Amino acid sequence: MVFLSNLVNGISLGSIYAIIALGYTMVYGIAKMLNFAHGDIIMVGAYIAYCAAQYWGFPPILSLVVAMAVCTILGITIEKLAYKPLRQATSLAVLITAIGMSYLLQNLALLIWGANPKVFPAMIGVDTLTLFSGQLAIRGATIVTIVANIIIMIVLTLFTSRTKLGKAMRCVSEDRGAAELMGINVNTTISLTFAIGSCLAAVAGLLLCSSYPMLMPTTGSMPGIKAFTAAVFGGIGSIPGAMIGGILLGVIEILGKAYISTELGDAIVFAVLIIVLLVRPTGLLGKPMREKV
Amino acid sequence: MKSKRNKLIYNLVTFGLVIAAYLVLSYMVQNKLISRSLRGQLIPICSWIVMAVSLNLVVGISGELCLGHAGFMSIGAFSGILISGYLLNAFQFENAELRLLIAIVFGGIMAGILGVLIGIPVLRLRGDYLAIVTLAFGEIIKNVMNCIYVSVEGRHLNFSFINNEIEGVRLLNGPNGAVAVKTISTFTAGFLLILFTLIVVLNLINSHTGRAIMAIRDNRIAAESMGVPVTRYKMIAFVTSAVLAGMAGALYGLNMATLVPTKFSFNESINVLVFVVLGGIGNTLGSIISATALTILPEKLRFLQSYRMLVYAVVLIVVMLLTNNALVKSFVSNLTARLRKNQYKEGLSA
Amino acid sequence: MSEPIKRRAGTKMVPYPSQSIVPERDLGKQPVLETRHLGIEFGGLKAVDDFNLIIGRTEIAGLIGPNGAGKTTVFNLLTKVYEPTHGTVLINGRDTKGLSITQASHLGIARTFQNIRLFNQMTVEENVRIGLHNQIKYDMFTGILRLPRYWKQERRQHQQALDLLSIFDMQGLADVQAGSLPYGAQRRLEIVRALATNPCLLLLDEPAAGMNPHETEELMENIAKIRDQFQIAILLIEHDMSLVMGVCEGICVLNFGKIIAKGTADEIQNNPVVIEAYLGKRKEN
Repeated sequence: MVFLSNLVNGISLGSIYAIIALGYTMVYGIAKMLNFAHGDIIMVGAYIAYCAAQYWGFPPILSLVVAMAVCTILGITIEKLAYKPLRQATSLAVLITAIGMSYLLQNLALLIWGANPKVFPAMIGVDTLTLFSGQLAIRGATIVTIVANIIIMIVLTLFTSRTKLGKAMRCVSEDRGAAELMGINVNTTISLTFAIGSCLAAVAGLLLCSSYPMLMPTTGSMPGIKAFTAAVFGGIGSIPGAMIGGILLGVIEILGKAYISTELGDAIVFAVLIIVLLVRPTGLLGKPMREKV
Repeated sequence: MKSKRNKLIYNLVTFGLVIAAYLVLSYMVQNKLISRSLRGQLIPICSWIVMAVSLNLVVGISGELCLGHAGFMSIGAFSGILISGYLLNAFQFENAELRLLIAIVFGGIMAGILGVLIGIPVLRLRGDYLAIVTLAFGEIIKNVMNCIYVSVEGRHLNFSFINNEIEGVRLLNGPNGAVAVKTISTFTAGFLLILFTLIVVLNLINSHTGRAIMAIRDNRIAAESMGVPVTRYKMIAFVTSAVLAGMAGALYGLNMATLVPTKFSFNESINVLVFVVLGGIGNTLGSIISATALTILPEKLRFLQSYRMLVYAVVLIVVMLLTNNALVKSFVSNLTARLRKNQYKEGLSA
Repeated sequence: MSEPIKRRAGTKMVPYPSQSIVPERDLGKQPVLETRHLGIEFGGLKAVDDFNLIIGRTEIAGLIGPNGAGKTTVFNLLTKVYEPTHGTVLINGRDTKGLSITQASHLGIARTFQNIRLFNQMTVEENVRIGLHNQIKYDMFTGILRLPRYWKQERRQHQQALDLLSIFDMQGLADVQAGSLPYGAQRRLEIVRALATNPCLLLLDEPAAGMNPHETEELMENIAKIRDQFQIAILLIEHDMSLVMGVCEGICVLNFGKIIAKGTADEIQNNPVVIEAYLGKRKEN
């Protein structure tokens, strides 16, 4: 039973990683950049939801919508201001700019909301589910997280495979130049990707803080890095890869902490990542690279 | 020989600037002409310069993105602290200069060994995958260092992992890191370490080893076709860089009375990367200047109080946008293109 | 330097066992390259199939064929960029099975690339020096400490690089950044760099691509000159038929991954199968 409970918690944490990893993987697939500021958008999303619920007294759903809207706008703005001028620049230049953006968001949050951790209000009104006559208790937040993850996965898969915009996204990620020649508006597509990624980050922020209710300006950075690892783990650029990578990472982290060592939890996660990459150098679902000679 | 002369001038300027800066600063320190806060920064600046120059060897010369450089610094720092504390406690080895030298060498060796161990798997990967694995190793090192307890009893060293019940004088104390370290780093030692680093890195770049490393960066397949063993040369760059980072770590660690393992986090790796990129990728002198400037800048911005890091972030973004701006770039490339054209014409007529 | 070898016009090609021909002067010597039933499949597609070729020690051979025939794939197989799925490649009689690109280079095979692959951020001289890499005998520490050996070897290498560059009159460009050279010069530099590895077989992948007729003519003379001076074998892929017919002694025609004809220039020019591959079949009336 303890194992089952750990497993469920692992899947729940993994679902949060997966939702964040989707943002990383989509942006990487299309803009070929590591958006290090993505983790901080989660944090912003969580703060907005916090404010909406705590100060303005919005109901949870409305708080979520506000957070999603703010993050979407934020994501598009960052892309337009900081990343778009660097389309032709080296990937290192873009990486450093993304890091600068991450510092900027963290320090803006520090100025606005202060360094003291905020206790995130309980927003998810779903009751705790008790199974096996009370031996296994699954918290409402956990259930909502897992369900949200499944819904997002289905919607995104349908979006990229069925809709015109989704197909355009896949084209741009395959070959930007060719997509442009076929009349796809690359700039709009990239903006759209950032919008979707940031919007998901807001959802992830709310879910993350519902499960771990401590909110600080640095709340987003560690989950950000972990989710990024999850994206690589599953094969960066691949949407199902991000899902699988995220969930596996969460499960490994919780089980590792529970059964091997609490202190070494993060080390175990990263060690597994390294082993996976050594066996499959492009991640679980990544396409093998072949250089044309 | 134009380019050879240019290289020589570049190297001379680099060494000259470092030596001049050292002389001026030591004069100022002796005559109390600089502020206390800046004086306290001198040794860390030396460490960060060595870190930046060594990372530049991997990022700029070898062309691999490494996001875990702070991990090597961490190993160097704690190995240095450990051996220095051991020599002091077990053998009453009082000579601080010699102890520092041993600590720096030992820190470098330990980081080098780790560099080999990490390099074997990591260097098989390419591009962003290599970057993420170095990041992962950096985090693992930080995490593992958090769990190591070492104490000295007489001449005997006690090691313990996770479990902190060990007897004797504590040298490393898990998450609390090293406490009550006898600080023995000096500015002169820092300066000498920078000189050593420059000699190693600049001479390496201008030897056939360095050329092979750069050839792999420019075109891996072509380098292989010319018979250059790719893995070996990537490894040389990676391990050399790790050794230098370990040395910088030992210098840094023995300058701090207390040092926690979480100090060497991902953020520090990123900071060093920022030094390298802002200084100009592959440009050693640039790394030195930007490491110095960016270590002092946050201190100088202290009057801005809580806006300090915000300003730093904005500066970072603006600099990146400006240096990659099409207008600025075309202006610079126009200048250099004119020079190159002349060079080509001269070459044809020669 | 030895006596210049007579050009194609006077070369007598003689049959060699296993359906190949080599110049008469190379008969009885170990061929520099021999492939037996060489082939590779990419996911079921046979890019190269049953490729048999023998190249004499000092032969200039041509590999021609329509676009997509698999010519560059053959080069990639010979230089171990790809591991063949069928057959063997022998360089100087040694099996290259399982070798890496680097090890193949050590056996004496050097190449240029269809899409130029220079070390763009390095100078022309440094590019050539990478070719000389394996002839340098000083280690990393000698380099860092700049021991006398370093200076001696560096000086020798510098001279060697300039000598090699002088083949194409490029010694004046030694300090120019390779990436900023004009196209033709980049192609020539690639040849010099490959020569610097001291090969016994030089593979040239479309050396005349993008060159004007005058440059092509010059290149043709230089290819013959290189063979005479270094006494090596050269295998070249080329679409410019004046170059191929003018300089190659034995020619091998590839279509859809298979050899459709082998022979001298005259034989190839009059071979109906080759004409069909290039021009298509004449409609029957």
